[in-house]
Amino acid sequence: MSLPIIGAAGPPKKAKDRIFDRGDRMPATYYKDQLLDLEAKGELIVHRITEENDPVEVDTKYGRKKIIPRQNTWHHKSCGQCGHIPGYSTSIFWLHRALDYRYEDPRDQTSCTAWNYYASSTSNPAAQAAVALRNFAQAYEDGFYPIIHCGTSYGHYKEVREELLHHQKLRDQTRRVLDKLGKPMVFPEEVVHYSEWIHVMRDQIAARQVRDFSGITATVHPACHYHKLVVEDAVYDKELYDGQRTAIVSALVKALGAEVADYSTWHDCCGFGFRHILVSRDFSRSFATIRKIERMKEEADPDVTLTHDTGCVTTLDKSQFAAQAHGRNVGIPVMSDAQFAALAMGAHPYKICQLHWHGVDMRPLMELMGIDHRKAWTEFEETSKAIKSGEQDFLAWEDC
Amino acid sequence: MESIYADIQYQDVPVEKKQRLFDEVKADMRWETQLYGCYECGICVAACPSARFYDFSPRVFAQIMAREDVHAFYELLNDSVWDCSQCFSCTRCPRQNNPGGIITIMREVAVNNGLQSAKDALKAYSRIIYKIMSTGTQVAPDMLQPDFFPDWGPDVQQVSDNLDVWRRMVPPETMHTTELAWDVSEKTRLELYMIWKLTGNLEMIEQIDEGIFMILEEVMEELLEEHGYDIDDLDSVMDD
Ligand code: SF4
Ligand code: SF4
Repeated sequence: MSLPIIGAAGPPKKAKDRIFDRGDRMPATYYKDQLLDLEAKGELIVHRITEENDPVEVDTKYGRKKIIPRQNTWHHKSCGQCGHIPGYSTSIFWLHRALDYRYEDPRDQTSCTAWNYYASSTSNPAAQAAVALRNFAQAYEDGFYPIIHCGTSYGHYKEVREELLHHQKLRDQTRRVLDKLGKPMVFPEEVVHYSEWIHVMRDQIAARQVRDFSGITATVHPACHYHKLVVEDAVYDKELYDGQRTAIVSALVKALGAEVADYSTWHDCCGFGFRHILVSRDFSRSFATIRKIERMKEEADPDVTLTHDTGCVTTLDKSQFAAQAHGRNVGIPVMSDAQFAALAMGAHPYKICQLHWHGVDMRPLMELMGIDHRKAWTEFEETSKAIKSGEQDFLAWEDC
Repeated sequence: MESIYADIQYQDVPVEKKQRLFDEVKADMRWETQLYGCYECGICVAACPSARFYDFSPRVFAQIMAREDVHAFYELLNDSVWDCSQCFSCTRCPRQNNPGGIITIMREVAVNNGLQSAKDALKAYSRIIYKIMSTGTQVAPDMLQPDFFPDWGPDVQQVSDNLDVWRRMVPPETMHTTELAWDVSEKTRLELYMIWKLTGNLEMIEQIDEGIFMILEEVMEELLEEHGYDIDDLDSVMDD
């Protein structure tokens, strides 16, 4: 006996042949309306993206148009990037300079402290909200729109937004803290990650590309706190993965003419674990190498793996040394989308992208990109010597 | 109520204590959006990195909290809660549960109550608490030392040997630092410390590591006084 298929003329279509279309099924209300309601009640100020920010629109997971500011941005830096992978933040700034976009690199900024929060829980929602809003107030007072470098800060600030919107008591506690600091209560209309800026700038970046990436195969690792923690802000694109996975990073790789290779554990975490990467690294190392790097190697054999978060670059890169010592099938260079984009536009691999802070050998990849890494290292060493001897204070942008 | 597990650990701990801690989790303002029931489908377990390498399951957290099995809750609170990676891959739950969020709240309760298991889990970590609370940046270049990261290979040694020069070889001026990830202004560091004080956070640190708490308080409050702040004006604002 064959079972009738209700409401279908023939057999159901295979997944690959089905058309995925969100249409206008966007939720009728969303957080921006709620923020504006609170503003109307005098509870907070919504920091708006204006024409001065040269905004563009992108699609998000549920079809809402997200506005990404390109100009006059306040860079909320990441402690892991600045501290341990300095070429990451430097590349973000370099791209702004090279493409002539004005930005502020503030000293009156703290980290979001969420690495500590997720690692040790020695904090509470009121403290976390106050840290976020102190930074946002500073950006507002400085007259620049905040753009967030770290995936975890981005994820956590979205969480803070949800909590603030839903709990009057938390808003009151946060306001009392800000009053003591003499700061206004401000929340930005969009929480924006730097990789979204790169995403919307990808065609401009490609137009300025001076290195040929057509021979490069890359795997992409999307950051959990970008697309899993408060999902509705993440950027999706119908042209990529049929709009069913975030387009972030992958769209850039394609724009630069490199190949994006898929692998079966794309959705998996990197293994960072917050507490684990610092004091329980056997777990992080095992997960990063066995579930991510080895799968990529076996299934895609990429020349590089690209990601867009502090913890992911660190874990995927640094975990490979010990695994290599055990003869495991690892050895994939890891970098951020920002470094990849900067290299495409001709940035210096050591002075700007600071690749010597990474663990896995980058030289074969640089050769594929047409970079003379010996010459580049000699140039780096020459300036280092000048600094060491006291002849020069530091490496200035103009010397890069 | 008996536990569903006959061999449950911590049978000598009074049920009243377990119940009190359980009630603290459920009294958290975030609780109402963490758990909506559970199909036992295991989707969260399939997505969970910690489930692959530990005897750990986000499904069990959802189940035990929904059953209100305070004995099993207490075992999870002591033996499992620190294994979570806080990646929130488990938010793929078809019931919209957030097992990772349940764990965040449970950890806070463990810290607030100074549980020995929390102190043990955070023993090697507490110097990082000092770094973040006093400087505003969690990790700094000077942490890249071979004794702290022996498994990260010889590059760590190179970074450590050349730290000062290599930091000055980073073009953004805010990043010529070694003890901080970037140059956070003193005013901002003090504002951050005021946040910890005003939100009752320092008591949480005291529960976990009294030594770190005392140094932090001494160093930062001296700085605050130097800058003319009135410490007595910084009592917790949480219960106003
Ligand atoms: S947040 Fe914790 S429980 Fe959830 S998937 Fe990640 S490691 Fe597993
Ligand atoms: S995914 Fe959700 S419903 Fe399924 S087992 Fe996990 S918590 Fe329960």
